[in-house]
Amino acid sequence: MSRLKTLLTTAFLSALPTLALAAGPDAGQTQQQATNWTAIGMFVAFVLFTLGITYWAAKQSRSAAQFYTAGGGITGFQNGLAIAGDYMSAASFLGISGLVYMSGYDGLIYSVGFLVGWPIVTFMIAEPLRNLGKFTFADVASFRFGQTPIRVLAAIGTLVVVAFYLIAQMVGAGQLIKVLFGLPYNYAVVVVGVLMIVYVTFGGMVATTWVQIIKAVLLLSGATFMSVMVLAHYGFSPEALFAEAVKIHPKHEAIMSPGGLVSNPISAVSLGLALMFGTAGLPHILMRFFTVKDAQAARKSVFYATGFIGYFYILTFIIGFGAIVLVSANPDYLTDATKPLLSIRGGSNMAAIHLADAVGGEAFLGFISAVAFATILAVVSGLTLSGASAISHDIYATVMKGGKANEADEIRVSKMSTVVLGIIAVALGIAFEKQNVAFMVGLAFAIAASANFPVLLMSLKWKGCTTRGAVIGGFLGLAAATFGVIFSPSVWEAVMGNPKGSALIQLSNPAIFSMPIAFIGIWIFSLLDGSARAQADKDGYEDQYIRSETGIGAAGASAH
Amino acid sequence: MSSDIAKKVRANPKFAELVSTRNSLGMKLTIATLVLYYGFILLIAFDPKLLGTKIGAGVMTLGMPVGLVVIILSFVIVGIYVKKANASFDQLTKQIVEETK
Repeated sequence: MSRLKTLLTTAFLSALPTLALAAGPDAGQTQQQATNWTAIGMFVAFVLFTLGITYWAAKQSRSAAQFYTAGGGITGFQNGLAIAGDYMSAASFLGISGLVYMSGYDGLIYSVGFLVGWPIVTFMIAEPLRNLGKFTFADVASFRFGQTPIRVLAAIGTLVVVAFYLIAQMVGAGQLIKVLFGLPYNYAVVVVGVLMIVYVTFGGMVATTWVQIIKAVLLLSGATFMSVMVLAHYGFSPEALFAEAVKIHPKHEAIMSPGGLVSNPISAVSLGLALMFGTAGLPHILMRFFTVKDAQAARKSVFYATGFIGYFYILTFIIGFGAIVLVSANPDYLTDATKPLLSIRGGSNMAAIHLADAVGGEAFLGFISAVAFATILAVVSGLTLSGASAISHDIYATVMKGGKANEADEIRVSKMSTVVLGIIAVALGIAFEKQNVAFMVGLAFAIAASANFPVLLMSLKWKGCTTRGAVIGGFLGLAAATFGVIFSPSVWEAVMGNPKGSALIQLSNPAIFSMPIAFIGIWIFSLLDGSARAQADKDGYEDQYIRSETGIGAAGASAH
Repeated sequence: MSSDIAKKVRANPKFAELVSTRNSLGMKLTIATLVLYYGFILLIAFDPKLLGTKIGAGVMTLGMPVGLVVIILSFVIVGIYVKKANASFDQLTKQIVEETK
């Protein structure tokens, strides 16, 4: 039975565009392993250390600015690490190295897609965002517009993206922890939920940022160590490593060139659009730009983040090849020695974990397992904080209280929202245990690219954009993206069990049509908008434009 | 911000210079990124064999250095923008802000 599951997971991973890799490790239905006390010990050390930071952060997180954005006191370098920590999920690490392990070169194609969103963020979004915003990206999108409708749209866009991303992370956490620590699924989900609530409610953005920074440093160090050990094994000659991998891997020389991942050009471009522009619409990533003091620091932070993330993807590629040569033929890591590579214990997502054992022994295995868990914690904390901010800052303080909310009340609402979101995330994580959640991250990226990003970009760059146009276009993009994902092969066929080829839209990701729908919707409904509000929207552009370009009047770093 | 400040900034020729040089650099680098990435993807989609071409006597294929270069160039493109922005845009912005006070 377990072999069948492994084979199914394998077939699924290699057949589908594996969007799960974006954030949610689809570890499949993993088997619970013997309790690993080394890994648990290291994880407990990480938790105690980060709780100490949370305690320190809680003492200074009294104002709303401290809670949402660490008072703008994070440096460009620190924020670059934190962004990398937010973006390099357990799935990037385990999923992409697993994809390289299974198919070789295709894993690299996937990594590139996740990296190229960053230049776009740098040129289009980072600086205006910092100059115009205060706590959430809705501050920017609604700068000159009617507050209520845009805030509601942005909050929905945020919460939907956060919800799907969170479910994928929670299910991934549960499956991983079963394998890594030998703990039951539900324990793992509850532990993640409780810790994330503690970090965010007590430590706000200061604690979340430090959890992400520490995790980024641990993950980069661990991955560097593994890559160096693998390369050292081959006298630091990539050629020797690749030659050995080609000899061992059942696909032989095919792992050195593009395989089936990009076979349909339209589907490939559509997925590329979602990855590239989705990055520029992820609320938890956008929120990080408010934690630095000015536009210059915002720009520097993307530069560092792109460097760390690019370096990390090169490492995962080496790790994937390292697993081919050091794990795939070693019976210790296989469930069936007659089927090397495919019968890897726990599925291909475990390739990097087994490699840790192969190059560094049990202690290093414990370290990497603890890092994988810490990675999930850092990502879910950032997600929850951005979801809670959308509720407290956009919905409660701006929509319900007309921007006149008492600061202490606003913070209280965001802490309550964090607790509620945490409980919902745990409940959904448990409810979706047996479900295939691979499509959820794809949906999150599609919605970010088709609702959040078009509204943000058009409000920043196009004077003629009006409240009505942005709201209608944004909702159209959201609806089109959701529709496109439901009727895609990965949901209609793989999740709902309809026959192969019956999906209405044969695209791995809807961005190629849902993004244009959003942009055209915003454009047409803005042009048709002759209301008094539309006039006020256009009149407000000049002030917004001057501030977004120069930073005059921007919310500065608050006094500490 | 009051509209008086907006008018004053708008009247400053340095503002026009800042916006036009920044937009043109941003646009060029955005196009470079799009060409780099979609060029890579479409190359794979339409001619998957090309990147599988062997270079050297061993197993090394053209795809390996190409993939590595795409990753490194993405970072370099961001670096070009940041370097240029740190050197001249921040200076101009600072002058505009000073002159508007």
